[in-house]
Amino acid sequence: MPSLLFYLFAAITLIFGIGVIAARNPVTSAMSLVVSFAGLAALFISLDAYFIGTLQILVYAGAVMVLFLFIIMLLDIKEEEGRAINYGTALGGILLAVLFTLQIVSVLGSFKEGEKTLSDQPLQLATASAKVTLPTIKDDLNTGTLPDAKLMGFALFDKYPFHLQVVGLLLLAGTVGVVVLSKRDRNEREEAP
Amino acid sequence: MITLNHYLLVAGILFAIGLAGVVVRRNILVIYMSLEMMLSAANLTLVAFSRFNLVDGVPDYAAQSLVFFTITVAAAEVAVGLAIIVALYRAKQSVDVESVTKLQG
Repeated sequence: MPSLLFYLFAAITLIFGIGVIAARNPVTSAMSLVVSFAGLAALFISLDAYFIGTLQILVYAGAVMVLFLFIIMLLDIKEEEGRAINYGTALGGILLAVLFTLQIVSVLGSFKEGEKTLSDQPLQLATASAKVTLPTIKDDLNTGTLPDAKLMGFALFDKYPFHLQVVGLLLLAGTVGVVVLSKRDRNEREEAP
Repeated sequence: MITLNHYLLVAGILFAIGLAGVVVRRNILVIYMSLEMMLSAANLTLVAFSRFNLVDGVPDYAAQSLVFFTITVAAAEVAVGLAIIVALYRAKQSVDVESVTKLQG
């Protein structure tokens, strides 16, 4: 991936990320987060993680953010009108973020392993093809394309099938929990007008 | 040229922005969005390490499986969290974190 595109998408991700916490209106925050996640998905795709990038768009920018917007509009949250910004907290938060970033920079400065570039580490599809036994993945690797979703599915269902089922159970528990939480008590409903 | 450190730095800054959002904002929905941002920053780190640590010539799919699970858990977390926020709004008519201070000593 050309450096220019990396800088473009990194800038989109970070600037709209700042937009999320700077916007006074929650709807603006949510829309900024969608754009930020789209930029992040582009970064994933630049790292040859096509499946994860697609998932980021579908699950985060699609499902999760729609849920957020639903709730914002359902609760009819107004802008934080006439509320003074607490400058102490704001300063503290910004200071925390700057300190954290400086720490990351200082750690990365001495991280020699991190000086590898993508062209230092080209994908070796022929090597991979020799190791793989599944014909559909082997064919794709032989034609010189990275079958990202197939390899991902192979890893999930061959190496981590138990974990996948546990996550399925977690989603079920989450769904049941949401229904229980959103159900009003019968007593409460009678009291309500 | 773009190195692994570039990706890690972007992930670190994204995490820092999310952290600042959690500390600064008082609207619980925006705090939730900041949490999502921090989770995504961790995902970017995982995917970057996965690409730069080739296993048999292809990216390390163990890391990407972990990202898959993280995204699933984050989706479940958002669903439950938003249900709690709606319940909170019913009780307090507000989504301001300062309206919920009962546990404050």
